[in-house]
Amino acid sequence: MNPLLKSIFSANFVFATLRVTTPILFAAIGVAITALSGSINIALEGIMLIAAFVGVIVSAFTGSLWLALIFGVLAAVGLAALLGYFHLNLKADIIIAAIALNMFASGITVFLTYIFAHDKGTTSSLKSLVFPSYQIPILKDIPVLGKMFSGLNVLTYFALICVVIFYYLIYKTPLGLRIRAVGQNPDAAESVGVDVKKVKMYSLLLSGFFGAFGGLYLSMGYVSWFSRDMTAGRGFIAIAAASIGGNLPIGTFFGSLLFGVVNTLAIFLATLKVPSELIQMIPYITTVLVLAIYAIQKSAKSRGEE
Amino acid sequence: MEKYILKYFDAIRTIIAILIGIFISILVIYIISKSPGGSLRYFLLGPVLSKSRLGNVFETATPILFGGLAVSIPFQAAQFNIGQEGEIYLGAALGTAFALVFHMPAFLYAAMVLFFAGLIGAGWGYIPGILKAKWKVDELVSSLMLNYVAYFFGLYVINYHFRDKKAGFLVSYQLPKAAWLKQFIPGTRIHIGVILALVFAILVYYFLYHTKLGYEIRMVGFNRHFARYGGINVFKVIVLSQVIGGFIAGVGGMVEVMGIHHRFNWQMSPGYGWDGIVVAIIGHNHPILIIFAALFLAYLRVGGQVLNLMSDVPSEMVTVIESIIILLITAEAFLSQWKYRITVREAARKEELNESAS
Repeated sequence: MNPLLKSIFSANFVFATLRVTTPILFAAIGVAITALSGSINIALEGIMLIAAFVGVIVSAFTGSLWLALIFGVLAAVGLAALLGYFHLNLKADIIIAAIALNMFASGITVFLTYIFAHDKGTTSSLKSLVFPSYQIPILKDIPVLGKMFSGLNVLTYFALICVVIFYYLIYKTPLGLRIRAVGQNPDAAESVGVDVKKVKMYSLLLSGFFGAFGGLYLSMGYVSWFSRDMTAGRGFIAIAAASIGGNLPIGTFFGSLLFGVVNTLAIFLATLKVPSELIQMIPYITTVLVLAIYAIQKSAKSRGEE
Repeated sequence: MEKYILKYFDAIRTIIAILIGIFISILVIYIISKSPGGSLRYFLLGPVLSKSRLGNVFETATPILFGGLAVSIPFQAAQFNIGQEGEIYLGAALGTAFALVFHMPAFLYAAMVLFFAGLIGAGWGYIPGILKAKWKVDELVSSLMLNYVAYFFGLYVINYHFRDKKAGFLVSYQLPKAAWLKQFIPGTRIHIGVILALVFAILVYYFLYHTKLGYEIRMVGFNRHFARYGGINVFKVIVLSQVIGGFIAGVGGMVEVMGIHHRFNWQMSPGYGWDGIVVAIIGHNHPILIIFAALFLAYLRVGGQVLNLMSDVPSEMVTVIESIIILLITAEAFLSQWKYRITVREAARKEELNESAS
C-alpha cells in the first residue's frame, strides 16, 4: 500500500486527529453557545490566548496545576465578561469590541511575557507544568482501539465531555432554554419576562469558560510553554467549525473534527515532497468551501419552500 | 459652548478616548520602568527628536493609511470584510512576482505593477463579496479564512519561485530600479508612495461623498432595506464595496514593497490590515480623518519602538493602548450620560429663550 495512505489509515492518525481537534473543539463550543444566544463571538482567539498565558505563568510560579487551571479559566471568563460589558452595557459593536480584545490579549501577553521571562517570543525559560495524559483502563489493552483512544491528554477527554455538557446545558436546563429563546427571538423572550441582556452575558461567560480550556490545552498539554500568538487563528477556525455544525452540540463536534482531520492530514502530508505552505492552506480553503456549500444548500432549500 | 460640544460630540469622545489611552501608557511606564522620566520622553518625544525618526512616522503611516482606506469602504457599506490583511499580503507577493517577470519601459513600469497588485487585491475582495451577495455567506468568516489562504499562497509563490538564494534570508529577488518608488527626502525613507497614499485618501473621500456609487455604499450601510426600497442595487454595492476596498489594499501592499524594501521580505504577515481596522474605527470610516488616525497610530508605533530600543518597556504596550482606545471609541454609551445631560440643559435653555422672546 502507498505509504501515505498507510499512515493515514493508522491508529496514529486517529490519535493525532483527536489531539489537534481538542483546542478547536473547546473554542467552537464557546462560539456556538454565544451564537445560540444570537451574538457572534470572534474573541475566542483572545480568550484562549489569555488563558494559555495565565495558566503557564501561574503554574510556573506556584507549582500548582489546579491554581493554573482556576486562574486560567478566571482570566478567560474575565475577558469574556469585558466583551459582554462593552457590548451589552456600553453598546459597543460586538465584532469591533472583539477585535479590540483580541489585540489586547495579544499585546498584553507578549508584554507580560517580556516582564516575566525577559523574552518576547516564548516563556520557555519558565518551567510550566502540563496536564497529564490518561490511560483508560481496559481500553488501553485492546490492540488498535487502545492506541487510538487511550493515553490522550486529560483535556482531550474533557473536551469530549464538554460536548455532552453543552448538549445537556442547551436542551435540559432553564438557562439553555432561555439562551435558545433569546437567540431565536429576543423580543418574544423579553415579552415573557426573560432578561435578554443577562442571558446574553451568561452565554458570553460560558464561551469564556469553554474557550479557557482550549487555551490551557495549547500551552500546558500540546506544549509546555506560552509563545506569542500561539492560538494561530484557532479561535477563528472555531467560528467556521461551529457554523458548519449549525451551532448545535453534535454538529459543532463534527465541524471541529473536520478541521482536526484536515489539519492532521496537513501534518502527515508534510512528510511528502509537497511545499508545506500549500498544505497549510487546505484547512482554510476547506472552511470557505464548506461554508459556501452549506450556504448554497440553505438558499436552495429556502427557495424550494417558497 | 455646550452647543459646540453636542455638535462635535463624536470628535470630542474620540479625543477623550485617545487621551485616556495615552494616560494609561504614562501610568504603565511609571509602574514598569526603572527610569520613568527618560522612558516617557522616549515614548512621547522620540519620534520628533531626529529627522530619520520623524521620517519613520510618515513611512509607517503609509501602509496603515492604505489599510484604513481599504477597510473604510466595505465598513461604510456595513460589510464586515476584514480580509485586508490577506489582500495586502497577496497583492504585494504577486505584484512582486509580476514585476520580476514582466519588464516594461520605466514610465509604465511602476504604474502597471501597482495596478496589477490592485487587481489581485480586488479579486481577493470579490470572493467574500460575491459569496455574501449571492448566498449570504458571512463575509466576516470567509474573509478571515481567506487571509490565511493569501498568506500561505503568497509565501509559497515567493519562497518557491522568486526566492533570492544569495540573499541569506527568505526574500524575493530585488525589483529592478525602474520599479522603485523614489525616496526623495535625504536622511529619511519617505518615498513617493507616501504622497500616493494621500492622493488615495482624497480620491476615496471624493468617491464616497461625491459620487453616485459612493452614496449608494453609504446608504446600504445606513439601512440596507431602506436602500433597496429606494431602488439601490444592494447586490452590486455589497460586491463592489469589497472589490474596491481590495484594490486599495493590494496597491497599498505593493507600495510598501516598491517604496521601502524593494523586494518582498514578509515571512510574517505585516499586520497592516488589522492596523487599517484600527485607524478606520478611530477615524469613523471617514477618509480624511483616517489620514490623521494613521499618523497618530504611526507616531505611537515609532514612539513604542524608540521606547523598546532605549528603555526597559516593551513596545507591545502600544498594542494594548490601541485596543483600549478602540474599545472606548466603539462603546457608544461611553460618555453618553454626559451628552444626555448637556442635551437636556441645552433644550431647557432654548425653551427659556423662546419663552422670553414671546
